[in-house]
Amino acid sequence: MQRILILFAHPRFEHSRTNTRLVQQIRGKTGVTFHDLYERYPDFNIDVPYEKRLLEEHDVIIWQHPFYWYSCPPLMKQWIDLVLEFGWAYGSQGNALKNKRCLSVITAGGTLEAYCAEGDNNYSIKEFLRPFEQTARLCGMEYLPPFAVLGTHKVSIQELDDFASQYERLLDFLQEEPTGKKVNNYKFLKNLQKRNSN
Amino acid sequence: MTGSILFQAIIFLAGAVICVPLAKRLGLSSVLGYLLAGILIGPYILGFVGEEGEDILHFAEFGVVMMLFLIGLEIEPKDFWKMRKTIIGMGGMQVLLTMIVSYLLFTSIGFNWKVSLVLSMTVALSSTAISLQTLKEKGLMDTTYGASSFSILLFQDIIVIPMLAVIPLLSAVQVASEADDHSNAVQGALLDNLPFGQQAAAIMLSVALVILAGRYVFVPMLRLVSKTRLRELLTASALLIVLAIAFLMELVGLSPALGAFLGGVVLANSEFKHELESDLDPFKGLLLGLFFMAVGASINFVVIGEKPLMITSLVLGVILLKAVVLYGVGAFFRLKTDQRLLLTVGLAQIGEFAFVLLSFAFQLKILSDTQLDIMLVVTALTMALAPIIGILNERLVLPRIGTKQSEKRPIDHIAKTHKVILVGFGHFGSTVGRFLRASGIEATILDNDSSRVDLLRKMGFEVYYGDATRSDLLESAGIQEARVLICAIDNPDIAIPLAGMIRKKYPHVKLMMRSKNRYDAYELLNMGIQDVYRESLETSVKLAGDVLAHLGFRKYTIHRQAQNFIKYDEEALRRLAESLKNKEEYIFRVREEIELQEQLLEEDLKRGLIEDDKQWDSELLRLAYLSNES
Repeated sequence: MQRILILFAHPRFEHSRTNTRLVQQIRGKTGVTFHDLYERYPDFNIDVPYEKRLLEEHDVIIWQHPFYWYSCPPLMKQWIDLVLEFGWAYGSQGNALKNKRCLSVITAGGTLEAYCAEGDNNYSIKEFLRPFEQTARLCGMEYLPPFAVLGTHKVSIQELDDFASQYERLLDFLQEEPTGKKVNNYKFLKNLQKRNSN
Repeated sequence: MTGSILFQAIIFLAGAVICVPLAKRLGLSSVLGYLLAGILIGPYILGFVGEEGEDILHFAEFGVVMMLFLIGLEIEPKDFWKMRKTIIGMGGMQVLLTMIVSYLLFTSIGFNWKVSLVLSMTVALSSTAISLQTLKEKGLMDTTYGASSFSILLFQDIIVIPMLAVIPLLSAVQVASEADDHSNAVQGALLDNLPFGQQAAAIMLSVALVILAGRYVFVPMLRLVSKTRLRELLTASALLIVLAIAFLMELVGLSPALGAFLGGVVLANSEFKHELESDLDPFKGLLLGLFFMAVGASINFVVIGEKPLMITSLVLGVILLKAVVLYGVGAFFRLKTDQRLLLTVGLAQIGEFAFVLLSFAFQLKILSDTQLDIMLVVTALTMALAPIIGILNERLVLPRIGTKQSEKRPIDHIAKTHKVILVGFGHFGSTVGRFLRASGIEATILDNDSSRVDLLRKMGFEVYYGDATRSDLLESAGIQEARVLICAIDNPDIAIPLAGMIRKKYPHVKLMMRSKNRYDAYELLNMGIQDVYRESLETSVKLAGDVLAHLGFRKYTIHRQAQNFIKYDEEALRRLAESLKNKEEYIFRVREEIELQEQLLEEDLKRGLIEDDKQWDSELLRLAYLSNES
């Protein structure tokens, strides 16, 4: 079974309806480590050796965060800056993360329609996530398509429940170490990918 | 067999070891335990101690001398100077009024004026040993009540000198110098034959001598001795200092206790303050214990049996009289009602100086045999009763009067679900409480300063007034439902035992402790308490950081290094605490402090210069790039 590490960053978690629901669904799942960065490092003083150890112990790395200003909250960026060290995560000697899988799980207020060339945001989610994609690649990781909960302002309780169980199913799926082909055909990921690239 | 010193020692020690923990268990002060032990081993119950009790009493009075020396050590000279008005005002008023009222009382019941005068002097004085021991045990030295008590007691220590000077004038009999043999000898042979002016000059001179010696003899001597790194030698020097001062004071006819206090004040600024304190503390404790036991043993139950009515009415009369005067003094100096009551009860006993004054007057044939016996019994009984009345006052009267122990008020929802108890609302605790309140958490506060309690109640806090080491108070403050107890008490001598008690009795409560310094922190950590907050850590690191910023370091770099330093220091603290766990005792005083400091600095050396953050530093990248190029 693939071990999954969820790096979760939300500066105001207790006020986020969507993330509370998503986290509630997957927290405590066997084989899944939920790592609440804002709870652990309120002072932004990230324990780099500890984070490296965590990364080494897992096969799938998930960056879960709200999509603030088309990017992640600052602590997540701090984490990237501090933990993904040259000579460890990248560079000719940096092989620690090689061949691991990585994906972004994001929540955003804008709807899917807003995230396209014709929409208010002009670009798709996938395009906005390029820095994350390239970060993962530079570290030798396979960057999977994102899992995105969009239009969170409008989402109903019912829809939220659906998203939560989809999220759980996605984790189940990833735990089974699916092949690249299978991943690309996975329904939810494929859907978003397809629709985003339109 | 009863004569052997070993046997005597065993009796006294056993009495103390059995009775004092018992008294403590019952929530009484140790003084009462000692007194009880004394009565038990005394001539009228078990009969282990007979006439020699008197001698032991005189010997043990030295405990009072040491206590005053130790108290002096805690008072810096400038603070002492600030207290002068209270000392003379409150003390003078108390002594004068008590003397007048009791003089009238004694003459009215038929004593002649000389006897009445001696007795009124005796009655005016209170027991430094009992009052201060109780104050310290309860941690009340810093309250208005504590300061007032202390001022009055100090004044009494001073006024006893002229009293002793006046008594011989009342007598037709000349004092033979060989009669002057007990420890608080009066008007020693040295000065007897000098005219008054020269005597006064000699007294002034010896006071000056103590002050000068403190600065220019004792401190250099201690420095020299401490270089030998022999702990017992420092103890010996400490004893030598106190004995020498006491001897000098006796020689010129001053109270040795007063001299010792002065000596303490002079040494309060020296670097040996803590060393002296820790060295003398066990001696003081033992001698005081011995003193209380001797008082207990000297209660003459035969005399009580002969004149039960007279003794009872005298004891009650004296206590009442002293109490009324003290209450009046408290009112005049505008003490709050509860503080005033504490003062009233706290000092209502006759003091140990009575033994000196009475036997002196007896030698001078002012008092008769029976008068002496009666008064000695009365003195000992008031001493024995005072702590009991104190307890009654605390348990029955105080909760009703002035500042109530608790006040009912509706508790809102948050307070109910997040029950937090905050003990101590001083400089530290108030910040804690305010921040909690700003975040919507109302802590239940326990404090023993009534003025503060009133203020907090006015501001709508739920406050319990009293001594947090009493578990009944903790219970009524709701410790059973509490999730967290914050101990923000300044005095580690109270905080640490409190922590131990709470861990034992209420293990469900999360205990968060303020600690003065790393030594207290070691002790708490080794008690198994994890949440220890050193009050100086963050502030000092912040200051150092600001220094670095001032020197031109970038602030964010400093900020990160400061965070790491604090983390490292917390880890080092825990490591060192672990290494101390197996040591037999904790005496973190001068030498140990230096050893620990050394260990700490060695740890720092091992860590080296603060490891430079590699983050956001492109130097490595640049090097790799360059080596690829070539």
